[in-house]
Amino acid sequence: MSATTTVNAPAQQAPSPPRAAVGSDDARIGLRANLRHIGALARRNMLQIKADPESMFDAVLMPIIFVLLFVYVFGGAMFGDGNRGQYVNYLVPGLMAMMGLNIAMAVGTGVNDDFKKGVMDRFRTMPIARSSVLIAKMVVEVGRMLVATTILLIMGFILGLSVSTSVFGLLGAIGLSLVFGASLMWIFILLGLTMKTVQAVQGVAMLVLMPLQFGSSIFAKPTTMPGWLQSFTDYNPLSNLADAARGLITGGPVAHSALMTLAWSAGITLVTAPLAVAKFRKRT
Amino acid sequence: MAAGILVSMTRIDKKPRNNGEGAAGIAVSVRGLVKHFGDTKALDGVDLDVREGTVLGVLGPNGAGKTTLVRCLSTLLVPDAGTAVVAGYDVVRQPRQLRRTIGLTGQYASVDEKLSGRENLYMIGRLLDLSRKEARSRADELLERFSLTDAGKRLAATYSGGMRRRLDLAASMIGHPAVLYLDEPTTGLDPRTRNEVWDEVRRMVAEGATVLLTTQYMEEAEQLASELTVIDRGRVIANGEVDELKARVGGRTLQIRPTDPEQLGAMARAVTEAGLDGVSGTQVVPDEGVLNVPILSDEQLTAVVGLLGSRGYGIAHIGTHLPSLDEVFLAITGQKTADSQDATRKTEEVAA
Repeated sequence: MSATTTVNAPAQQAPSPPRAAVGSDDARIGLRANLRHIGALARRNMLQIKADPESMFDAVLMPIIFVLLFVYVFGGAMFGDGNRGQYVNYLVPGLMAMMGLNIAMAVGTGVNDDFKKGVMDRFRTMPIARSSVLIAKMVVEVGRMLVATTILLIMGFILGLSVSTSVFGLLGAIGLSLVFGASLMWIFILLGLTMKTVQAVQGVAMLVLMPLQFGSSIFAKPTTMPGWLQSFTDYNPLSNLADAARGLITGGPVAHSALMTLAWSAGITLVTAPLAVAKFRKRT
Repeated sequence: MAAGILVSMTRIDKKPRNNGEGAAGIAVSVRGLVKHFGDTKALDGVDLDVREGTVLGVLGPNGAGKTTLVRCLSTLLVPDAGTAVVAGYDVVRQPRQLRRTIGLTGQYASVDEKLSGRENLYMIGRLLDLSRKEARSRADELLERFSLTDAGKRLAATYSGGMRRRLDLAASMIGHPAVLYLDEPTTGLDPRTRNEVWDEVRRMVAEGATVLLTTQYMEEAEQLASELTVIDRGRVIANGEVDELKARVGGRTLQIRPTDPEQLGAMARAVTEAGLDGVSGTQVVPDEGVLNVPILSDEQLTAVVGLLGSRGYGIAHIGTHLPSLDEVFLAITGQKTADSQDATRKTEEVAA
């Protein structure tokens, strides 16, 4: 990654790689200062939520509506009228993947809107790492994901979700979905910085999200799908996360799907995070 | 023609710089700065200097390149060619050191509307590596100074335009910047709030800040700046001290409103035909029902008003105003600013 994003301390001692724009620029930002900047900016994002509590509607209402809708619309068809409880156990762990995806999408539109404002110019003329603005936003958004996931699980428990593994399995599933959700944010931050309008971000996001969400094991077992679709769902990271969360909460194989989820998270982050930071730095 | 003036103004303005002011350093030095956006030459080879502790006014119409200049000097844009050194740091090679020494207040208030005024200032303080305590006390100090203490807890979204601009100035002052860029700081403000902003800028300069101020208003430049650079279409067309430039432009315009608007033409002819010493270029502005007479001195004002009175014309109101940007351009280049040509078409000139 380039020199401005000194998130990790060792990078400061390393000789600076030659850059087109920055030559003999030795005013590096130390790790502690960087964390302080991220903290101050995360506080800003939290205060924004406080000033505009409606912005939490998606994180609070989405899990409630999704669970009710899918359990009562599809539950009977999937497992028979009297066995909706079984579908709750199938669906709710899978929906954890949906929470991350939908919150991450909101980050894209938020970034697009936020970065048009004059205050971004101020941040970019200040002696802070430009990545800290993005990372602070992510920290707060991961917090929102946690809120959405918690509400999702509470809804699940009300409708009969039972944890047949242990509390650590449950925490593991939550952690895994947050890691994956955070990596997705980089994609949407990149989209938000690239697209001109919020509407464009939403349009592109919907186009990509619909097939990914429904062409997965979140809502229905892939064994009921035709072969070509099964091979798609096998590689769909949302399936991997849904399967891993299911295994961690209701028991079953975890290793393969969890590793695939982590691999997808790492891959997505490695590719899109540097692009997003570079885009933010250059955006005028 | 423009080039000739440029040379002569530069020569005049060098004199006091070497003798009067002693060895004041140069805080901002720009040489041959170029920035193109596609085919648009936003900056087409700009040279300018700002001496430490002074205000340089950069005067120009919309689209002249003022904002692009400020954005290049504050590391928001990388110039295509040329050099710019601010407080000893090169804008291209040392952007991070440079960001520690500058403050920027843009045309659009760069504060977060969803935060209170106090939280805005506290956040900037923390980003500038003040401790929590220091950031809090600096925020309170600046709120007090910019008369925002009472509004400090309210969201910036509820602030009036003038309050927002003051908060913006306060935010720019937190890190005690050596060089402050003010990009059209009073555009869109009413006269009273404009005066408040001017007072603050004067105070900052009195405390030793170096300011680069862009403006569309000659009056603002005259109020705040000691030297002026006039730019148009990305090029410097004149620079020098404000007084010199004003002397070139020719002082004030006397505006006369007759009691009977029907008499405007006759009054203009009377002034023109009287051939008063140094009075020329009388204009009738029918839409506003006034007569504009460029004047250089109080004697000329008295002479014009006396002449009209002695001929029996009734005068309802008289006033004088400083040359507008357009009149400055007219005097410097012999051309009107590109974006004012439509507006001035309504003004019919009275032939001598």
